[in-house]
Amino acid sequence: MAAFIIKRLLHSVIVMLAVGFVAFLMFNYVGDPINNMVGQETTVVQREQLREQLGLNDPFYLQFLRFAGNAAQGDFGLSYQHRRPVEDIIMERLPATLELSIMSALFALGVGVPMGVYTALNRNSVLSKVFMFVSLVGVSLPTFLIGILLIFLFAVQLQWLPSFGRPGVVDLGWWHTSLLTWDGWKAIIMPAITLGLFQMTLIMRLVRAEMLGVLRTDYIKFARARGLKNRAVHFGHALKNTMVPVITVTGLQLGTIIAFAIITETVFQWPGIGLLFIGAVRDADIPVMSAYLVMIAFFFVVINLIVDLLYFAVDPRLRVERPGASGGH
Amino acid sequence: MSDPLLKVEDLRVEFPTRRGTLVAVDGVSFHVDQGEVLGVVGESGAGKSLTGSAVIGLLEPPGRIAGGQVILEGERIDNLPYERIRRIRGRKIGAIFQDPLTSLNPLYTVGRQLVETILTHTDLSLSKARDRAIELLQEVGIPAADRRVDSFPHQFSGGMRQRVVIALALAANPRLIIADEPTTALDVSIQAQILALLKRLCREHGTAVILVTHDMGVIAETANRVAVMYAGRMAEIGPVRDVIKHPRHPYTIGLMGAIPSVGSDVERLSQIDGSMPRLTDIPTGCAFNPRCTKVLDRCRRDRPDLIPAGTSEVACWLYDDAGAAADIPAAQPAPGVAHVAG
Repeated sequence: MAAFIIKRLLHSVIVMLAVGFVAFLMFNYVGDPINNMVGQETTVVQREQLREQLGLNDPFYLQFLRFAGNAAQGDFGLSYQHRRPVEDIIMERLPATLELSIMSALFALGVGVPMGVYTALNRNSVLSKVFMFVSLVGVSLPTFLIGILLIFLFAVQLQWLPSFGRPGVVDLGWWHTSLLTWDGWKAIIMPAITLGLFQMTLIMRLVRAEMLGVLRTDYIKFARARGLKNRAVHFGHALKNTMVPVITVTGLQLGTIIAFAIITETVFQWPGIGLLFIGAVRDADIPVMSAYLVMIAFFFVVINLIVDLLYFAVDPRLRVERPGASGGH
Repeated sequence: MSDPLLKVEDLRVEFPTRRGTLVAVDGVSFHVDQGEVLGVVGESGAGKSLTGSAVIGLLEPPGRIAGGQVILEGERIDNLPYERIRRIRGRKIGAIFQDPLTSLNPLYTVGRQLVETILTHTDLSLSKARDRAIELLQEVGIPAADRRVDSFPHQFSGGMRQRVVIALALAANPRLIIADEPTTALDVSIQAQILALLKRLCREHGTAVILVTHDMGVIAETANRVAVMYAGRMAEIGPVRDVIKHPRHPYTIGLMGAIPSVGSDVERLSQIDGSMPRLTDIPTGCAFNPRCTKVLDRCRRDRPDLIPAGTSEVACWLYDDAGAAADIPAAQPAPGVAHVAG
C-alpha cells in the first residue's frame, strides 16, 4: 500500500512537470513577454535591460527550472492585466469556484445516486421512465442553455432566485464563503444545478447500469437464497458493489466540474476562477492563463490520488495481503 | 411414512418471449422425504436448475411458475407473497449454487456474511451470532476458523469457498437444501471432499437435499433417489440403485450406456443419436420420441405420464401394459425422424 502511494505520487509529479512545461512554453512563446509588459514608449535599451533583469536571456532549461521552482512555491509572477501577483488574484477567486463545484458535485451525487438506484430497482415503474427521460434531457442540453432556461424560469418569471452574482459573502480571513447567509444560498442554487445537471444524469445512468449488472450476479442470488431482507440485498450488497466505478467517474467528474465551471460562471457572472480565466484569455494575460492551467492539472492529480485511495477503502481485493493473513491453500 | 417434506406437483415454468412462450419445465412432479438426498440429472437445458430455482422462489424474471404447486411441510409456498417466501428461504430451504467463486460478496468478510444470515433468521445477539459463525466454519472444516472468520472471500481457495457457502446455506438449519451443481466448478480432487462434507452435514442435521447435477457419478455416490429430466419433463424417477442398474426409460438407458466405467471392457461407449430438442420445437407426444430406438406410434401422439414400474416411475408408454398391448411397436423409426439433430 505504501509502495502504491509512493508510485502514485511519482506519477503525479511527472504529470505536474509535463503540464508545467506546457504552461512555461505558453508563458514564453505566446507573444513576447516583454512586449506584453511594457508600453509603446519603452526604448529598445530599456527593453533589453528588462529582458536581462527577468532572466529571459538565460538558457532555456534554466528558465524552465526557475519557472518550475517558482510555480511549486505558488509564484506565477504578475498579472499583466491586474498588475498584482497572480497567486493573490487566484486565491481571491478560488473559494467561489470551489464552493460552487462542491455544491454541484453534492447535488449530482445526492440526486443522481438515489435516482439511479430507484430506476434500477423499479425498472418498469412510471417514475423510472420519467427519470430516464429527464436524464436524457440533462445529457443532451448544453450547460449554457440550462443556465439560461433556469434564469428565465426562476429569476425572470417567478423571481424566486437572483439571476447573477455571489451576494452574502462572509470573510473568514483565510477563506470567504457565501454559504453562511440566506442570500448566498439562494444565489448558489441555480449555478450549482446548472453545473451539476450533466454529472447528475451521468451518475444516475451509471449507477443504474452498474446496479442492474450487480443484481444479476450470483452473490445477489445467493444473498436472496439466504433469505436476507430486500433492503440488505439492495443497499448492503448490491449498492456497495456498484461504488468502485461510481467513485472513479465521480472523481474525474469533480475535476471536470472545476475545470468547466467557466461556462456556468460566465452565464451567472459567478466571480470564480473560470470568469477570471475568460478575462485572462480576452486580455492575453499569459501568467493568469498558465497559472490556471497548472492549478487545474493539480486538482485533477489530487482527485485522482484520492480516488485511488478510495478504491482501497471499498474493495478488499486490492489491499495487499499481509503474509499469514491468508493461509488455507 | 409420514408426509413428505417437499411435494412438487405438475410444476410448469414458462418464459414469455417475443416469439411466444417457452415452457422450460413442463408438468414435473416429485417429492422429497425428510432427510433424503434426491438427485436430479439431465443434460443442460433439461430444466433441472430451473426446477430448483422455482422451488425456492428465485426464478429470474421473466421466468415464472405458470402452473402446479410446491408444497413444503404441508403448506403451499409457490404463491406466497414476497415477504413470506423470503422468511422460508435460508430458514427452511437453503441453496448452494454452482460457482463458489461468485456466490460470495467480494466486499464483505465471510464472517459478516454469516452473521448477517444468522441475525436475519434468529434472535441471537451480535456476539452470539459471531460465535455461531465461527462454529459453522469449524463444522464445515475451515482450519483456524476463529481467525479466518475475518477473511475476505478472495483469501480462500475455491474448495474452501464452497465450504463457506455450505456453512452459509446451513446457517439457519434449513430442512431442505437445494444444491445446484455444487461441485461442477471445483477440482476433481476437491469434489469428493465437498460431497462427503455435504452428505455428512445433512445426515447430522437431518437436512434433505435436492442435488442438481449432470454428473451420474456424483448421484451414484450421494443420492438415495434419482430423478432423470429430459426437455423440461420428468423421464424417470426411482431409487438410485434401480435407476442405475436397471434403467427403464430409453433415455435413461442411453444415458447409462454413455457412462464409461472402470473394469468393464466395453470398446465403444454407446451414444444417443441427435440432441435434446430446443424449447421452441418440442415434438408432440413424448419429447424423446425422435431419438428413441423403441418408439411406438403412440409416442408421437400422446404424452406419457409417470407410470409405476417396479420401484421406479417411468414416463414411457413401453411400461403402460394396456397401451403397449394395444399398440404395434414400430419396427423401425420413420426415416428422417430418428436422427433429427436439435
